[in-house]
Amino acid sequence: MILAVLSGFIFAALVPFFSKFFKRTIPFVLCALPILLFIYFISFLNQIELGSYLMFSYSWVPSLGIDLDFRLDGLSILFALMITGIGSLVFLYTANYLKGHQYLDRFYGYLSMFMASMLGVVLSDNLMTMFVFWELTSISSFFLIGFNNEDAASRKSALTALGITGLGGLVLLAGIVILASVGNSYSFTELLGSSDVIKSSSSYHWIIGLVFVGAFTKSAQFPFHFWLPGAMKAPTPVSTYLHSATMVKAGIYLLARFTPLLGDTYWWNGTLVTIGAITMIYAAIHSLFRVDLKSILAYSTISALGILVFLIGIGTEKALLGAAIFILAHALYKAALFLITGIIDHETGSRDASKLAGLQKVMMPVAIAGFIAALSSAGVPLLIGFISKEVMYEATLQLGQWAIILTILIVLTKIFLFVAGFWAGIKPFTGPLPKEFQKAHLPSALLWVPPLLLSVLSVVFGVFPGLLEKSLIQSVFSSISGSATIIDLKLWHGFNTALMLSILTLVVGFAIYWFLQPSEKNFQKTIRFERISPEALTRDFGNIFSWFAGFWTRFFQNGYLRNYVITILAFLTFLMAYRIFIGVKIHIDWDQISTVTPSEIIVVTLMIISIFIAIFSKSRTTSIVALGVVGFANCLFFLFYSAPDLAMTQFSIDTLTVLLFMLILFRLPKNKTYSSKTIRIRDGVLSLIFGTLVAILVLEVFEYPSSTDISKFYADNAYVLAKGRNVVNIILVDYRASDTIVETVVLVIAAIGVYSLMKLDLNPIKKN
Amino acid sequence: MEILLIIIIGLLHAGGLYMLLRRSMFKIIIGLILLGNGANLLIFLLGRLVKGHPPVLPDGAKIFAEIYADPLPQAVILTAIVIGFGLQSFAIILIKTVFKVLETDDLDELNSTDEEI
Repeated sequence: MILAVLSGFIFAALVPFFSKFFKRTIPFVLCALPILLFIYFISFLNQIELGSYLMFSYSWVPSLGIDLDFRLDGLSILFALMITGIGSLVFLYTANYLKGHQYLDRFYGYLSMFMASMLGVVLSDNLMTMFVFWELTSISSFFLIGFNNEDAASRKSALTALGITGLGGLVLLAGIVILASVGNSYSFTELLGSSDVIKSSSSYHWIIGLVFVGAFTKSAQFPFHFWLPGAMKAPTPVSTYLHSATMVKAGIYLLARFTPLLGDTYWWNGTLVTIGAITMIYAAIHSLFRVDLKSILAYSTISALGILVFLIGIGTEKALLGAAIFILAHALYKAALFLITGIIDHETGSRDASKLAGLQKVMMPVAIAGFIAALSSAGVPLLIGFISKEVMYEATLQLGQWAIILTILIVLTKIFLFVAGFWAGIKPFTGPLPKEFQKAHLPSALLWVPPLLLSVLSVVFGVFPGLLEKSLIQSVFSSISGSATIIDLKLWHGFNTALMLSILTLVVGFAIYWFLQPSEKNFQKTIRFERISPEALTRDFGNIFSWFAGFWTRFFQNGYLRNYVITILAFLTFLMAYRIFIGVKIHIDWDQISTVTPSEIIVVTLMIISIFIAIFSKSRTTSIVALGVVGFANCLFFLFYSAPDLAMTQFSIDTLTVLLFMLILFRLPKNKTYSSKTIRIRDGVLSLIFGTLVAILVLEVFEYPSSTDISKFYADNAYVLAKGRNVVNIILVDYRASDTIVETVVLVIAAIGVYSLMKLDLNPIKKN
Repeated sequence: MEILLIIIIGLLHAGGLYMLLRRSMFKIIIGLILLGNGANLLIFLLGRLVKGHPPVLPDGAKIFAEIYADPLPQAVILTAIVIGFGLQSFAIILIKTVFKVLETDDLDELNSTDEEI
């Protein structure tokens, strides 16, 4: 089993290495993979009955409770069969559709990776493993949507899709983590046992809220639906595979999977029915205003996903059965319609539903496939679409006080989808063939066999629902609902309300199809509502956000060093001032203060005067001299207070600095005042406050006795251990010798820098 | 005396910051030096002032018999002075080079990348 799931990744990894050798044959080699997997999963069908399941366990990160456990039950095998079955057809179809494309091998790599990730999602029993695969589907979908990477719109759509689904995935992760901490396990099978504990826990609402966001983003539910029409920028096989048959149903899968675990509560059902209803009706109406075949199909897909959420939300046995059949029915007809659209696009170069017509004259098999798929989408008897529609109607009719409104909603949606299906599957083939499409011809069988096969399956399952009933739908139903009710799929349900509604749907749908043509004019009408669509609002939000980020960054990171200094110091000053203001008493212990001698007063006065001169002098030379005096005054303080080494060092360094300044800057012009008076006053005030605060801080620190343990150790051992008499020297060259060496290195580096700058001969640049 | 030194430390910090906020590169170096002096004095003061007793052992003595100035702040300041000198000399040469090339010491005129010059 683990090989079955991971083989796609292995293939994807190998493709780039081997593609050079089998450029032509590689598509056919790769097609073997989904076909073999399909057969592999078929072989399990008879082992899964009535809610039983098979488990395959492989240890991965047991210490975190994360393992590669795969659970094969009705629901997961339905999806696995859809993924590998439709996958096989799409692999074959692509071989011809993208024949000769430069990056065909890359495309197959992405497709295999996607297929493996998708299998991982539907088969994983461990929720953390499922999340990993879930995100992998988003990532591979990103590559596939952006496959035409030189097209800016493609790249943007890919990014939107990744943004929405990736973000939803993270929200889902949060939901899974909470769920696992409440249920004390990551394993779905184990969690199922503590379903009641989870439902009654206080974080239940968080769990379902977060899981909903994950499922709704993936399955394009309102208001997250807008990434899906954008994703139609991908090559048609991708739209078929990811954006109608499999990936967008991952959210549906998740909801169906969690129904026995989290479902059947007021909030679960209420939210799902509301969101599902809004999505299905909103998207169905939208699909009637589109002209691009792929857009029509995209919106009708969103609508179908809405129906599925709606049915899972209703949550009765009938509704869940309806969902189980509709997942399959929709995958069969929608994939066929997408593939047909791809053929039309490939052969005529147009996807404009208002222009395409009469193509049955040139591509009959495609027309037959389209015809059947459209009928199945409409729910015409003898097709699987009819059975799913009947069950849906019966499900909504059972609902007591809500029956009328919910039934009206679903019937309306179905009528609109009828029209959308006919536009995509029948309209391009009927009527007279326009001149511009005269040259179109029937493509290679690799292109038209897959959709025809899907359509034929729609008929076979529609006429003989018993084929599916025992083998597949029964176990799917059991694993979603958790009940052991024996289902009974019939073509003929007798004369009942559901049948009446079916007939009504068909009649009204056909009437609308007859009178309403897809037109550019109708499409233009929707444009004025674009402003308030979720997509535009999200985009506006994004724009405002990035504008704000830009403004914020430019405001603080404006490239002026002094503004950084002001920001940091003003903040620091504010903090310190606040602290001192609220709770620090300034107290001076006059006993500790030493007396002042006249010579010290002279030095202090000299220093204060020099500081002012150094700051305010107009002449550079005066500034430098004043600076020198500050340094020498400092030197005298060191001398007065028992630091002869410091005095010596300060003296020599100060002399050197002044000399250097004088030699280098001698020729510089007079000091100029660049800033305005206001700025100088602002800086002056800030500086004075800062200086005062530092002074207060020193005064405060001074109040506390200093610890001299370390100094005492050095002093006591200076002679005993290090055989020296000058403790300062001992510290520098003995105890902290390696520091001093590093310091010397720093000085050497500075010296090299100074030397090379002096040697550097640069010519003045004249500004214009 | 401590009070006077504290006032000087405050003044050096205020003056240093004020000069650091100027546009002229020359003034920024002055600001750096003033701040450096202020910081050195601050550390020195926090080691407490002791008059006439440098941390040097008299001849023949193995340990200190009477009080002595704290050697640790002195060692730290000594390092700071020397490193400060390295920084100052490099900065001085740097603004000289910049001035030679651009004929300005206004920071705002350096606010562009190489290509734009």
